[in-house]
Amino acid sequence: MTEAPALPKLAVWKFASCDGCQLTLLNCEDELLTIVGAVNIAYFPEATRAVVAGPYDVSLVEGSITTPEDAERIHEIRSMSRSLVTIGACATAGGIQALRNFGSVAEFRSIVYAHPEYLSTLDRSTPISAHVNVDFELRGCPVDKNQLLEVLASALQSRKPRIPTYSVCVECKRRGNICVTVANGTPCLGPVTQAGCGALCPSFARGCYGCFGPQDSPNMAGFTERLRGLGMSDEDAVRIYRTFNAGAEAFRAESERISPSKEDAAR
Amino acid sequence: MTHKLSDGGQVLHVGMLARVEGEGGMHIEIHNNVVQSVKLNIFEPPRFYEAFLRGRKYTEPPDITARICGICPVAYQTASVEAIEQICGAETTPEIQAMRRLLYCGEWIESHSLHIFMLHAPDFLGFDSVIEMAADYGDVVEMALRLKKAGNDLMTLVGGRAIHPVNVKVGGFYRMPTKLEMLALRPAIASGLEEAFATIKLVSTFDFPEMEQAYEYVALRHPDYYAIERGTVVSTSGTAFPVREFPDHVKEFHVAHSNALHAQLDGAMYMVGPLARYTLNFAQLSERCKAAAKEAGLGETCRNPFKSIIVRAVELAYAFEEALRIIDEWKDGAAPSVTVTPRAGEGCGASEAPRGTIFHRYVLDAEGVIQDAQIVPPTSQNQPAIEADLREAAQSWVDMDDHDLTHRCEHAIRNYDPCISCATHFLDLRVDRS
Repeated sequence: MTEAPALPKLAVWKFASCDGCQLTLLNCEDELLTIVGAVNIAYFPEATRAVVAGPYDVSLVEGSITTPEDAERIHEIRSMSRSLVTIGACATAGGIQALRNFGSVAEFRSIVYAHPEYLSTLDRSTPISAHVNVDFELRGCPVDKNQLLEVLASALQSRKPRIPTYSVCVECKRRGNICVTVANGTPCLGPVTQAGCGALCPSFARGCYGCFGPQDSPNMAGFTERLRGLGMSDEDAVRIYRTFNAGAEAFRAESERISPSKEDAAR
Repeated sequence: MTHKLSDGGQVLHVGMLARVEGEGGMHIEIHNNVVQSVKLNIFEPPRFYEAFLRGRKYTEPPDITARICGICPVAYQTASVEAIEQICGAETTPEIQAMRRLLYCGEWIESHSLHIFMLHAPDFLGFDSVIEMAADYGDVVEMALRLKKAGNDLMTLVGGRAIHPVNVKVGGFYRMPTKLEMLALRPAIASGLEEAFATIKLVSTFDFPEMEQAYEYVALRHPDYYAIERGTVVSTSGTAFPVREFPDHVKEFHVAHSNALHAQLDGAMYMVGPLARYTLNFAQLSERCKAAAKEAGLGETCRNPFKSIIVRAVELAYAFEEALRIIDEWKDGAAPSVTVTPRAGEGCGASEAPRGTIFHRYVLDAEGVIQDAQIVPPTSQNQPAIEADLREAAQSWVDMDDHDLTHRCEHAIRNYDPCISCATHFLDLRVDRS
């Protein structure tokens, strides 16, 4: 192809994950043909058999590091990528599979698999940034389509992406939602969670459950007090901090601070 | 990648299978034109869902298990809520079941159109991807994107978003969409229905490699409809049992070359998915779907895995029909959920994920804390059938050159729309010749 070298090369990589964040790229139905006109999709196994050799202008990385092989592979990907952007809660915080960080992998393995010796797996699920330098981390479980397009555009234009780091509460106010906590006493992670979803859960009459991870300056201890005031047990509070962003610093530290489990306190 | 062995043998090896969900490969060894071994390698790293579900609350599985798969989260959500409601003795209303089916129709539309056009059609038309296909088949690709978008829009309407919907809970939904909101989407669903029938015609013109497999087919059956969101288990050998007896019939095995467990039904391999559903529940399709299937050259059963693309197109049309029916029959005012009070016990739930039957089993204590969880996704169940198809395909077309044979074998794997992220609680394609 004669026109291909002129386009920036995009690669999409997967580690431990559900495929949902890279699917978000294919879910850009209205924009997909424009995207493929603007970039050369050089490596994206979910979508194509064709492989164009690196280096790549932009690498989107989905998933967390959970195996010794993957801990090696991410370094190769970094060395081939001008800009490396991690997409989603797995790649930015370790994902829900980071729940192993609070327990014993040996026990986990034997619960699911009859022959744990066939598996190669690490004791911890870690974000990409724990292994290599990351140019931008896009949050979400899954990532938001419009934020993904903004990050892609900004990477191609070598500028900083415009992604807010304030809380879900700001989006709720903008959307005109009635506060589910104030009005109904529903526990909601909105005050400590980063915006990005458009305040989806409160719009569906439920409390936010933290898909986008901690906002930039969360008052975690104050928030835990509020949960207690709503009648939530510390056990349940630990559960809501420990989902898809369980490994994100603010959520991890608060869940360990209030966890009644001795095993956690020892870590 | 293919290479010759020093003894004259040959290896066909594909390290990373493309256009499947998740990470897998294939390895096939051929000696003297006889296929010696076939392996579907699943190296998707394990995430241990069943382990960390222990100790979680009975309300959490729909949000947590959705994350097993970004392509079919509703399949997980539905099977998990059905299982927990069974344990707790909660009966949902017909309106809640209708809304579950509507959400699930969205997932079938999104997933089937993704697989038909973006993952599978390039094999038939000789392209590496839908992106290259767009140059020669621009109108088809645009139609594909419209169909997929209709499915995603439907999921967004009911579930809040297309990937990991937020509106599903044990007992029903947080909020019911309104008739007015549904009517806003109706025109896109109505035109999607016509384009789905056009899709059946289009894919029926592809060239299909000849291959027939006599597998036992397993699917759910619902008394009133072509089963999607619930049903009882039936098979082509005449086995029939309620979902709660699933653990008595299905056993899982751990093999060395796969991070996904293999499954057997009563000690034998079986297959789930569109071919099984179509063959078992053909009578429940609409007259228009049946007529379109016949026109597309299908009988009332389908035994050629390469023709699964036609069956998926028929199911795509059916999902649009069902979505329209539910929207048209909907009346506002139904309660979004029923109360579910936790109690100790064991329960099973199953639903028809786009790629086949998915089973969940949970054990709760009296406070509703999960003591045990088991999840059997469709691709685990289909692994033995995929390997059997690979063996058959590699042997049937052993005279092809390595490049074409490798492609044919990859095609045989994609017939199953395998979801490796799901199955690993992955795929490496290789052919060895001597």
